[in-house]
Amino acid sequence: MNMNSTGRPTRADKTSSSKNAEIKSAALLPDEPLLFEIGGYEHSGVDLFEVEINDEFLGGFERKTSLDLPGLSEPECLRHYVRLSRLNMSIDAGIYPLGSCTMKHNPRLNEKIARLAGFADIHPLQPVSSVQGALEMIDELALWLMELTNTSAVSMSPKAGAHGELCGMMAIKAALEAKGQGHRSIVLVPDSAHGTNPATAAFLGYKVRSIPANKNGVVDVEAVIAALDDDVAAIMLTNPNTCGLFEPDVIKIADAVHDAGGYFYCDGANFNAIMGLVCPGDLGIDAMHINLHKTFSTPHGGGGPGAGPVVLSKALAPFAPVPFVKKSGSDLSLIEHVNDSDSFGRLTAFHGQIGMFTRSLAFMLSHGKDGITQVAYDAVLNANYVRVRLQKVFSLAFGDQACMHEVLFDDSFLKGTGVSTLDFAKAMIDEGFHPMTMYFPLVVSGAMLIEPTESESKKTLDYFCDKMLELANDAIAGNVDRFKQAPKYAPLARLDETLAARQPKLKWTKS
Amino acid sequence: MSKTKYSTDHEYVRLEGEVGMVGISIYAQEQLGDIVYVELPNVGVKLSKGDEVAVIESVKAASELYSPVSGEVIEVNEALNDDPALVNTDAQGNGWIYKVALSNISELDEMMDDAAYTDFTS
Repeated sequence: MNMNSTGRPTRADKTSSSKNAEIKSAALLPDEPLLFEIGGYEHSGVDLFEVEINDEFLGGFERKTSLDLPGLSEPECLRHYVRLSRLNMSIDAGIYPLGSCTMKHNPRLNEKIARLAGFADIHPLQPVSSVQGALEMIDELALWLMELTNTSAVSMSPKAGAHGELCGMMAIKAALEAKGQGHRSIVLVPDSAHGTNPATAAFLGYKVRSIPANKNGVVDVEAVIAALDDDVAAIMLTNPNTCGLFEPDVIKIADAVHDAGGYFYCDGANFNAIMGLVCPGDLGIDAMHINLHKTFSTPHGGGGPGAGPVVLSKALAPFAPVPFVKKSGSDLSLIEHVNDSDSFGRLTAFHGQIGMFTRSLAFMLSHGKDGITQVAYDAVLNANYVRVRLQKVFSLAFGDQACMHEVLFDDSFLKGTGVSTLDFAKAMIDEGFHPMTMYFPLVVSGAMLIEPTESESKKTLDYFCDKMLELANDAIAGNVDRFKQAPKYAPLARLDETLAARQPKLKWTKS
Repeated sequence: MSKTKYSTDHEYVRLEGEVGMVGISIYAQEQLGDIVYVELPNVGVKLSKGDEVAVIESVKAASELYSPVSGEVIEVNEALNDDPALVNTDAQGNGWIYKVALSNISELDEMMDDAAYTDFTS
């Protein structure tokens, strides 16, 4: 069985209740009912006419029962969502040091640019001649992405990082088939990789072969070489990895994989730590997705969908999917179909998420080359500042060494205190912080992965570190209640996660 | 007397005649935390040692169960559909996952006995 090396306590402490009546205030922490519970037919602001329906046209599918939609006035509906939004923690409300996920500030300039009508109010099906500016913007962003990564092509259509992984791996699969190497069935995935990597490989029908990390938290190059054979299609490596460390042997790994006839997929999720400083193309990568939210400051998830463009090496460029933008002179066109080419086909109906493209390019142009490099420096500097301040009490997972954009602690400093990583995270909520990433990566016991990002000021980081140290010292001093009963000040107190998973309430039923 | 053998991946096989009862060890369930779902294999599936045979979901993570032995699945523990917590409360008893007709009984020789497994997990 494949499992984590540490258990995560999930059962709510018996002494805590799911709702804390003393703290709860009707005005500030509303116990918000569902729209269905607020509204009813008698509330509705609209009287609909009775409509004659000829059920023959509907093939006998005319609805015979009531729709049971709630009727609400506009302010009732609006207030419901505003009240819900006040229960949310967001990057705009406080520090959100979620390692591996990168929650960084979304500059308001990006928002202004994204709302320009020429980008915001266009439709994917309108004539190409009327969206030349939007295509030029996409082309310009594509150029920047290729320039920053030193690669030969980029597919802009993937709608998320994991979708980008799929796109890159499909290009690799197509390239192998074109070479008569379609029998290759194994993908190597280090255990410090993002969880989406093995999922992507499995989705394409590959078998995953796991590569262990060495004691320093990086991939063991000898283990990679030992795992290579003529059945290996590719390696999927995250660099910098999810332990927050740069893979020092990445070039050796790339060479070994190429010599064995495989391709090198790089998970570019952590590109924000090295952009402007390291070109992944120079490291020998064949495909890499770029999470625009992590690196180029678009909102996380993009407001649905996000964007995960994939850069491709010269070897994989011919296999890129349609559609793509083609520039001839000043005329831009969208290539929708390619005949007699190696393109693996189409991944999405339309050409990516333009709202994320606009914001990313705004970020790039407002920072410039030197600014982009500074972003990477500052992301790494901030993470190391947190590392140095916290490591006096917290235990570093892989010893006293510099980290990249995120710092990884384990739970050994909590040993014997009765406080777990989960308890610690819950107590952070009471201090006004979104907890860091916990219990991931799996290779570390009770992992705490902190990514402050470049956005935070020294003052904010100091406040965060002061509070984290106070919590840690409190745990070590034996003040366990503060942790076991946390959170006390959140809209909902400690929840029973086990019960929620065993008996999930997934739909509302009319009482 | 039945004998129980353990794999390095924390599955156990309890031999009853030619039939092996397979589950995860008490140690493994402690590490996984509260189990919320067990995806059982189909009866009749033929397994090679190391094949993925079931998925165990705890609140923390979903983990694959790899068959520690080769053979054919002859029975699965349907009780886990209603009460996956049996894996927590009685991992090596009522929390068993499937029974397999062993095709190569010598595979058990490579597995650990109680003492060796206790050593392995300490």
